[in-house]
Amino acid sequence: MTGPGDRSGEDPAQGATAPSGGFRKGAFGVSGSGDTSGFGGLVRVEPGGAVALHSTDRPYGGWFDEVTDALIEAVGPATYDAAVQRVLVDRGEITYFVAREHLLTVVQALRDDEALRFELCSSVSGVDYEGSGGPAATPGRPRLHVVHHLTSMTYRRRIRLEVAVTAEDPHVPSVTGIYPTADWHERETWDMFGIVFDGHPSLTRILMPDDWDGHPQRKDYPLGGVPVEYHDATIPPPDTRRSYR
Amino acid sequence: MSTTYNPTDPYAGSRETTEGRVYTVTGGDWDQTLGADAIGEERLVVNMGPQHPSTHGVLRLVLDLEGETVTKARVVIGYLHTGIEKNTEYRNWTQGTTFVTRMDYLSPLYNEAGYCLAVEKLLGIEAPQRAQTIRVLVMELNRIASHLVALATFGMEMGALTGMTNGFRERELVLDLLEEITGLRMNHAYIRPGGLAQDLPPGAVEHIREFLQVMPARVADFHKLLTGQPIWQARLKDAGYLDVTGCVALGITGPVLRAAGLPWDLRKVEPYLGYETYDFEVPTADTCDAWGRYLVRMAEVNESMKIIEQALDRLEPGPVMVEDKKIAWPAQLSLGPDGMGNSLKHVEHIMGQSMEALIHHFKLVTEGFRVPAGQVYVPIESPRGELGYHVVSDGGTRPWRVHVRDPSFVNLQATAAMSEGGMIADVIAAIASLDPVMGGCDR
Repeated sequence: MTGPGDRSGEDPAQGATAPSGGFRKGAFGVSGSGDTSGFGGLVRVEPGGAVALHSTDRPYGGWFDEVTDALIEAVGPATYDAAVQRVLVDRGEITYFVAREHLLTVVQALRDDEALRFELCSSVSGVDYEGSGGPAATPGRPRLHVVHHLTSMTYRRRIRLEVAVTAEDPHVPSVTGIYPTADWHERETWDMFGIVFDGHPSLTRILMPDDWDGHPQRKDYPLGGVPVEYHDATIPPPDTRRSYR
Repeated sequence: MSTTYNPTDPYAGSRETTEGRVYTVTGGDWDQTLGADAIGEERLVVNMGPQHPSTHGVLRLVLDLEGETVTKARVVIGYLHTGIEKNTEYRNWTQGTTFVTRMDYLSPLYNEAGYCLAVEKLLGIEAPQRAQTIRVLVMELNRIASHLVALATFGMEMGALTGMTNGFRERELVLDLLEEITGLRMNHAYIRPGGLAQDLPPGAVEHIREFLQVMPARVADFHKLLTGQPIWQARLKDAGYLDVTGCVALGITGPVLRAAGLPWDLRKVEPYLGYETYDFEVPTADTCDAWGRYLVRMAEVNESMKIIEQALDRLEPGPVMVEDKKIAWPAQLSLGPDGMGNSLKHVEHIMGQSMEALIHHFKLVTEGFRVPAGQVYVPIESPRGELGYHVVSDGGTRPWRVHVRDPSFVNLQATAAMSEGGMIADVIAAIASLDPVMGGCDR
């Protein structure tokens, strides 16, 4: 995967447009293409960059405080402090960034506690932040995130748990023992992102063929495709086209 | 490994593998294929699909049988994986609609609506009132079409072939309406971030009202054809049993959960697009089986008609796309002589009158709009259950990640719980009652 559309191989030494500390400069974000559109003064914040690196201050507002207090009570303040690294309230949704060692304790409490009752695990998915200018900008910072969306049918609330791991050590405990529905979700996340869910009963590929190499939804996995000729012009495959960032 | 062929059927035969002898039977040839071979054990592993008329598309089942009893049911999916989630990361936000609409091909408008609601939540905008009402309108039309296919294929798989022809015939009425409104029978790309691709065409409202006149009688015909029929009842009742506890543990939502007695409908419990202002009921059943799911779907068709009627009544003139010219695609396109969408009025405007309009057009078409960094999860109630969009933006012109929590994907996990310990014929009833769509399941 090479070409202007590729961001993962961007050289951090390229200058003002290169991502640094979760910020990106310029309206287009294209570096080295001679794009001088006059929008160079614009500064944008990256996800997992400045947005995800800070923690929202209490009170969070609404029922977010109720849930957080109930969670602290359920697992104990010491465990909560160790387990929940950051809490982010954004666009009316609350995200708990959980350390993987404590994930199962937190999830068990979220499902079973009377005041929490998150009975339904709506979704488990992965996100690869490689090259976003955010978490992966600093070497060693975890790029692979596992995102659990939990729903409380009793209280009609939704929360999000996020666990971040590195590509070198992509191990996350499986929540299938608590939410059986996570079975296929975790298999898909393994298939697409190569995240290993420890304790999963049969962590095998689910969407890709069994003998497939690599994990297709990682950002460093190429999209593929061939150039297409149309009306005497050649259109390159999508991931090598010029892109506006 | 040698293959021996049955002289009467070139496709049937058997071969030795490391797992033992493997037979291929093609139906009606059981005695010829296995008759000469006394099988030492009762346990039989049957592979069903991925190409099989009763598996709802390319679903593959591996069934362990003891006689006719299923002792183990394993589901294999992925045959229709098309990499849509990955592809959206390489297209701009508006183009994403074109991709997601192709996932669950029986409810394309729900895919579009869920995706667009997620993008709008990231942008912090809301579509104009008229666009929201039309979204509800087309979505409920789509729900009727989807449920009709569910009932039609249900009928086909249970051997009630007239149910299939009737279901597809009625669905055609809805598809004609959707074609008139969106231009396409399926894969509409009609709902766009910020609103709709275009307003309702003249005459559409009248045609929908005519449809509402015709449809109740057709639903009654369905009841006459199937509901009271003893064979239909015998096939469905007590087949594919799954109670509320099982549903919630396995993440099952939609008609299956409601047929277990829990009135969990996101249109009621977490309303979006103004669903809280519509008057409709959430049908439930307490049988926890395929029969209850059939009745719930039939009742939901009626409720959707109620919602459509109310949506028609409250349609007021207005824009169908947000005012912000930096997000709204600029043209009300019409089909040009070259088969491409075009608008002479719009071309005159950008080429001759407004420099700013030209800039907006150019920027939107070449790079698209930017979406502020962050992530959202937006769930909506599709005909099959909770359709959730987890969308992540890095502040750029393309999605960083689009994950779809598709109800077919999650619901199919219930296959084993519903069919193990039952008869092999009930496996078909159980899967048909889940109404999986493999396009959505495999994405």
